[in-house]
Amino acid sequence: MKEVELNEIIASKEDGKYIINIGPQHPSTHGVLRFVVSLKGETLEYLIPHCGYIHRGIEKMCENLTYPQIIHLTDRMDYLSAHMNNEAVSLCVENALGIEVPERVKVIRTILSELQRIASHQLWWAAFGMDIGGLTCFFYGLRDREKVLDIFEESFGSRLLHSFICPGGLMQDIHPDFQKRVKEFIAYFRKKLPEYDQLLTGNVIFEQRTKGLGILTKAEAIDYGVTGPSGRASGFSCDIRKKHPYSAYDRVEFREILANEGDTYSRYKVRIEEMWESMNIIEQLIDQIPEGSFTAPMKAIIKVPEGEYTQRVETARGELAVYLVSTGDKNPYRMRFRTPNFSNLFVMNHLSAGAKIADLIAISGSLDLVIPDIDR
Amino acid sequence: MEKDQLTEFFRNRFPDAVIEQGNQYLTIKTDAAAMHPIAAVLKSDKELQFDYLFNLTGIDWSDRFSVVYHLESTVFGHEVVLKADILNREKPSVATVSDLWRTAEFHEREVYDLLGIEFVDHPDLRRLFLEDGAGFPLRKDFKDEINLIER
Repeated sequence: MKEVELNEIIASKEDGKYIINIGPQHPSTHGVLRFVVSLKGETLEYLIPHCGYIHRGIEKMCENLTYPQIIHLTDRMDYLSAHMNNEAVSLCVENALGIEVPERVKVIRTILSELQRIASHQLWWAAFGMDIGGLTCFFYGLRDREKVLDIFEESFGSRLLHSFICPGGLMQDIHPDFQKRVKEFIAYFRKKLPEYDQLLTGNVIFEQRTKGLGILTKAEAIDYGVTGPSGRASGFSCDIRKKHPYSAYDRVEFREILANEGDTYSRYKVRIEEMWESMNIIEQLIDQIPEGSFTAPMKAIIKVPEGEYTQRVETARGELAVYLVSTGDKNPYRMRFRTPNFSNLFVMNHLSAGAKIADLIAISGSLDLVIPDIDR
Repeated sequence: MEKDQLTEFFRNRFPDAVIEQGNQYLTIKTDAAAMHPIAAVLKSDKELQFDYLFNLTGIDWSDRFSVVYHLESTVFGHEVVLKADILNREKPSVATVSDLWRTAEFHEREVYDLLGIEFVDHPDLRRLFLEDGAGFPLRKDFKDEINLIER
């Protein structure tokens, strides 16, 4: 819906129609994002997302920074998938330079990515439950996420923005207790994850509020470029870990979680299943970390040869594609991040048109949007 | 299709375009005017079915603009990169592909916002992130007077 048309509707003051702003400061948008919604009674007619409140121009900043510096900016896009974002740029630069990183690095990167995915889905579950009205979920989810963040803190000294994976390998070696603590966490979380189901999944109120709501078909998911758990809930097989394996994903057994309904409930179920799958991946690798160096020998100044390089990575929310254009300089000529949340956001109008205003919160919660990843 | 077959197919089908093997993907280079018919074939041809546009972006090459489309087929799994060169720097424009891939509508809005490339027949070409009059920051000749971002 164009801005002009919207103004016409406002000017005409048609009976029973309201134009309402949700956000930019609203608990359910999880950041600074504004939805302009048109309501007829309680029914939502259309929705226009307005973004840019947290636009920092990361792509432009990259043009003046060196590759090790860029790593620190990628954390700040999707701050709940910091390891995967770091990994995407690192892999892109390594592929361009033709560097083979040590086996130890590959395995550790994969474990970290999966830990990060669990932590991200835990926070999503906590916030989603809270959005829908179950405040208990928030405490349960954050309680368990704290265990993952503690492991991160011990190994990298930071809880959220790690910048731990860098071109060539890792910033430093993992903490000696890392393996022990990860194993403890997996044993702990295997007991705690069924609690999530007991609290929310089988809850009648929850099911009635989510089943059959905001349906996205497979063809639409592909058309809109909706990836990650949201896309897979519609049956769109888009898991980059399976399609184009990177790091150590080619040597682990795991299922790509798919559902066919494409509604809010199946997006929820896919994420819960993914947490189980992530734990399986970690368990396969945690005892198999090879000895060796934590980084490949790198030059002090990284100059990527002239050309274009693309790297696709599966973050907790979908496909992140890094498109790097280099002219052989120490900083990129053009750096492009195709972020998962950007594409996932713009399906909101399609999903929520015709739904009730209260359902809007459930739908946007099920897409698991992180706003800095949209604006960059 | 395999890369060799795809190359052969494209050479026969698009004689005017330049088909290159890049370091990762097969690349079709064309000028802006001829881009949309090629894109339509890539999307709808039964043997190609490039139905998933996973990246759309623009590059400022100082003497020209490029719009880059990364395509993948979810049916066959093959990939291709389509590049459209825009030589007119004063008023850069190219046809929209949002009629073929819905996700392009929003990626094109971003490219318009940051690079100032106009997408002809786009259903809703407005700025996405920045305010009106903010200039086009991803252009190489962009000067930010306030923050002094200069290369």
